[in-house]
Amino acid sequence: MNKAQTHPTNEKQNQKIATGDRAILPDGAKTVPIYVMGKRYEVPETLTIMKAMEFVGFKFIRGAGCRGGICGACSTVYRKAGDYKLHFGLACQTVVEPNMVLTQIPFYPANRAVYNIEEIEPTAESVYALYPELFRCVACNNCTKACPMDVEVMDYISAIKQGDLAKAAVLSFDCIQCGLCASRCMGELPQYHIAQLVRRIYGKYIQPRAEHLKKRVQEIDSGKYDGIVKALTEMELEELKRRYLESEREPNMALPGEWLPKDQEYL
Amino acid sequence: MKVLYYPGCTLKTKARNLGDTAVESLALLDIELEELSRWNCCGAVHSLADDDLIHLVAPVRVLIRALEQGGGRLVTICSMCYNTLARANRVMRDDPEKRKTINLFMDEEPDYQGEVEVVHLLSMFRDEVGWDLLRERIKIPLKGLKIAPYYGCTLQRPREVGIEPVGRFDLMKHFIEALGAEAVSMTSADRCCGSYQILGNPEVAKDASSIILADAGKSGADALVLSCPLCEFNLDRNQGVLFEEGRISKVVPAFYFTQLLALALGVDPRRCHLELNSEASIGLLRDKGIIAS
Ligand code: FES
Repeated sequence: MNKAQTHPTNEKQNQKIATGDRAILPDGAKTVPIYVMGKRYEVPETLTIMKAMEFVGFKFIRGAGCRGGICGACSTVYRKAGDYKLHFGLACQTVVEPNMVLTQIPFYPANRAVYNIEEIEPTAESVYALYPELFRCVACNNCTKACPMDVEVMDYISAIKQGDLAKAAVLSFDCIQCGLCASRCMGELPQYHIAQLVRRIYGKYIQPRAEHLKKRVQEIDSGKYDGIVKALTEMELEELKRRYLESEREPNMALPGEWLPKDQEYL
Repeated sequence: MKVLYYPGCTLKTKARNLGDTAVESLALLDIELEELSRWNCCGAVHSLADDDLIHLVAPVRVLIRALEQGGGRLVTICSMCYNTLARANRVMRDDPEKRKTINLFMDEEPDYQGEVEVVHLLSMFRDEVGWDLLRERIKIPLKGLKIAPYYGCTLQRPREVGIEPVGRFDLMKHFIEALGAEAVSMTSADRCCGSYQILGNPEVAKDASSIILADAGKSGADALVLSCPLCEFNLDRNQGVLFEEGRISKVVPAFYFTQLLALALGVDPRRCHLELNSEASIGLLRDKGIIAS
């Protein structure tokens, strides 16, 4: 692959705007002041908090994982100049703002109950028994306000108290276990651990099973695909490449169930 | 008619015999209890510390949800939810300083000033449905059943939110009579059942419940009627224990008012969740021929 493919931005722009890929500030790039744990740094205005911190010399050993907004390792709390509100975000997703005062919270201690999912009764009572602190919720809503994924945390806690595990599992689905909810809870609840237990119970015992998946697993077990897998693994590399390039591909916007390949032998 | 309805957590879990029978009965009276689409726990108990405002946040949030969904009137059934919501509502209506503090704390919500009216389902029968209409709709009159109204603490106190003045028990009496049963009175209709002392201090709670049940026995009642899940636990489900421990000599089961209503309106007894009551309750209804044996 040539350079143009990996860096599609035009060269002129590249010189003006810092991307964080290099530690030396390009000519004319604008910087803004941010305060990391109280200390002032000048950082390129286009960077995320994570890249800005690396730009000024921080090195992440903890508190960074996927860099894609999904692992929940990079929880960050910040305030803006002249604003009493606390703001929350993921360092890898949130772009710096002038005069923001921030710190990262890579980990927050939270009670995690031990259970064996194979033996658990799939009821709300099981959740209450493992996490009795659930009932210390005073509905202050600080958890919801702290969630960088916009999960309605207080609402899923309410749903669990109402015995509605299915609702809680759905409401908490976007949780990435960053722990900011627990850091702000005046009832000292470990919301994200409770929600994970609920989703495990829901997934294992309550959610209906997909029949087509069961059927496909049976087919695999019965050896239906063994022949073709063996043939592919023994195939010459060139032949494999040729087949790959010629393979049919479902069009991007095809409606579910509308498109079928020409070769339907293994469907 | 449609009314906004706040069930509360217990009616969705341990006290389905109170919540489900209410929804089904009201439908038979052409009233749809429309559950709030979004709600949280009411907080269960109104804090008596004057400056304990954080415990008002939960009930006020419920009231804001009700306002968002049309407001006007919010019907609730559990005595404790009713008490907590109605008292929080009064604070927001009548105390400008506390109202300001709470609204400021809940700055992600619209300001609330007590616009919603919190109504207990029993009051709605008296004030809106009317005893005559209720009597007309009864399919299986609860003939031969002697029932004592039991209000407990939270339906009448404090006076500002009471569904009836302290010491008067006419509302439940009329309700019982409309169902075709006989109302008998007992002196401890508003005595405390021991409430949540049953958890931390069970002896105290058992003593309190035993006094009420002994009184009920003396009054000649076959059963008590009530509207509070905690009272139901102490006075009904726990009755076997009280009897075994020799604290009471006669078993007098208790029912939620909505269960008796459902039975009288002809709802299938299997849908009245009698299995959640004490064993004696089913026995009594069989003896009186109200449910098939
Ligand atoms: S590093 Fe994974 S969410 Fe930010």
